[in-house]
Amino acid sequence: MTSELRDLYQQVILDHNRKPRNCRPLPSPSRAAEGYNPLCGDRLTVEIALEGDVIRDIGFQGSGCAISRASASMMTADLKGKTVNEAEAAFERFRAMLTGGVGAEAELGKLGVFAGVREFPSRIKCATLAWHTAHAALAGKAEPVTTE
Amino acid sequence: MTPSMMALDVERIRKDFPILHQEVHGRPLVYLDSAATSQKPQVVLDALAEYYARNNANVHRGVHRLSERATDAYEGARARIQRFLNAAHPREIIFVRGTTEGINLVAQTYGRRAVGPGDEVVITALEHHSNIVPWQMLCEEKGAGLRVVPIDDTGEVDVDAYECLLGERTRLVAVAHVSNALGTIVPVKRMIEAARRRGIPVLIDGAQAVPHLRVDVRALDCDFYTFSGHKTYGPTGIGVLYGKTELLEAMPPFQGGGDMIKSVSFEKTVYNDLPYKFEAGTPDIAGAIGLGVALEYLEGLGLDRVAAHEHALLVHGTERLSSLPGLRLVGTAREKASVLSFLVDGVHAHDVGSILDREGIAVRTGHHCAMPVMTRFGIAATARASLGLYNRVEDIDALVEGLAKVREIFG
Repeated sequence: MTSELRDLYQQVILDHNRKPRNCRPLPSPSRAAEGYNPLCGDRLTVEIALEGDVIRDIGFQGSGCAISRASASMMTADLKGKTVNEAEAAFERFRAMLTGGVGAEAELGKLGVFAGVREFPSRIKCATLAWHTAHAALAGKAEPVTTE
Repeated sequence: MTPSMMALDVERIRKDFPILHQEVHGRPLVYLDSAATSQKPQVVLDALAEYYARNNANVHRGVHRLSERATDAYEGARARIQRFLNAAHPREIIFVRGTTEGINLVAQTYGRRAVGPGDEVVITALEHHSNIVPWQMLCEEKGAGLRVVPIDDTGEVDVDAYECLLGERTRLVAVAHVSNALGTIVPVKRMIEAARRRGIPVLIDGAQAVPHLRVDVRALDCDFYTFSGHKTYGPTGIGVLYGKTELLEAMPPFQGGGDMIKSVSFEKTVYNDLPYKFEAGTPDIAGAIGLGVALEYLEGLGLDRVAAHEHALLVHGTERLSSLPGLRLVGTAREKASVLSFLVDGVHAHDVGSILDREGIAVRTGHHCAMPVMTRFGIAATARASLGLYNRVEDIDALVEGLAKVREIFG
């Protein structure tokens, strides 16, 4: 197996793919958005329950590849308890790690496992779909967001 | 033994395709994506280079030598395509950008004249988006209805249901010859006969058929047949629409511009004769010449031998893939060509595709521009291996080994 494949499909990613966290509807979400990757047809819904400025609860639903499911799962675990501003900053760091320079993963903690996706340009959108969707939910966008 | 009886010498054929001889991610390339686009033999690449290096000029315009050469080569390609499809006359061969444009041309010219409020257009459930959306657009504009013939769990078209759908208001039938997502060979001859009895014209989307089957438009007795050059070992950007003369004559032009006119004044324009009436503007001259050479190459190998070779590979691939635990083939029609669409239990098609890519194996993953087919089978995506004349048993075996890697990673 190539080292790039090992970096892409790290155990923690495969684990989140098999047993995604927070993969459920919220009883009373205050924000929701739908994300769509037209390349593969994958759809994802992110729901958020805000308490003031704080993400009290967050969940996702939908089908997708291992990268998009694991990314959604780990994103929800990461964002729970964060303020909206902190969440936006995490989104920016995550995006920078995948589209920009090396080194950004240091600030991302557990989410740094997605750095391996950089070596698979056609898969970057799989990793960012959940984040774009959460960003749209926080911004209160009604239209489904796409990765295009 | 006559040449037509001999098996294809695949190793020799592979020498004709320079692109196949490279490494991807440090592994020898295994190209199993010919249904998306086929690779091009050296003779086609040479024809493109020769045209631009020696003969490039506009067609049907100049009195100079280069324009004569370009025109001869362009019209020579048309005549070759006419013979290839066994059309009655070269004027029935219209150059378009590809199958998509061929279908849109018919929808926007024949369709806009023939289809009115309350009328119906009949397609099947296995169509590519390009044989769905142009008809939806037309039906929406005209207040007409789109009727869809169902397919069964193997991916075969329900021909009895089709015959029931044909009615007083049916103005056109549009159907794929071979399904790009499932590989089903559709019994178009029987379907054309049923439409013919009711006087309904039929368009055949031959994008996935022409590279794999011998197509005879007069034996089929279809009204329109369209295919793409790039899936038939020719260049991108060129394709063919065949139409029966009497239909093409009666149709209004598609696009207006140069070459499609006899005379123009501000009061009145007289349109050109067939096929030029449908070829406004400077065409893809090099592409047309390249396509002619590609079809000549295919005929040189022998279409029946190509079909037999690919069928043997398809049978081998079906056996090998079916024997893998957790693998499910999608599209198991009795008559198939080229396509092995499959699901790996618990693994999304994109993950399958990425892992195979690192093994040097090129397959398509996703909905294959046939989202209604995916919906029919209750899935979002498949991985699809598709065969061309240059594929061999080793390519299938490499795919099977690659799928073992998928299991290794995903457990």
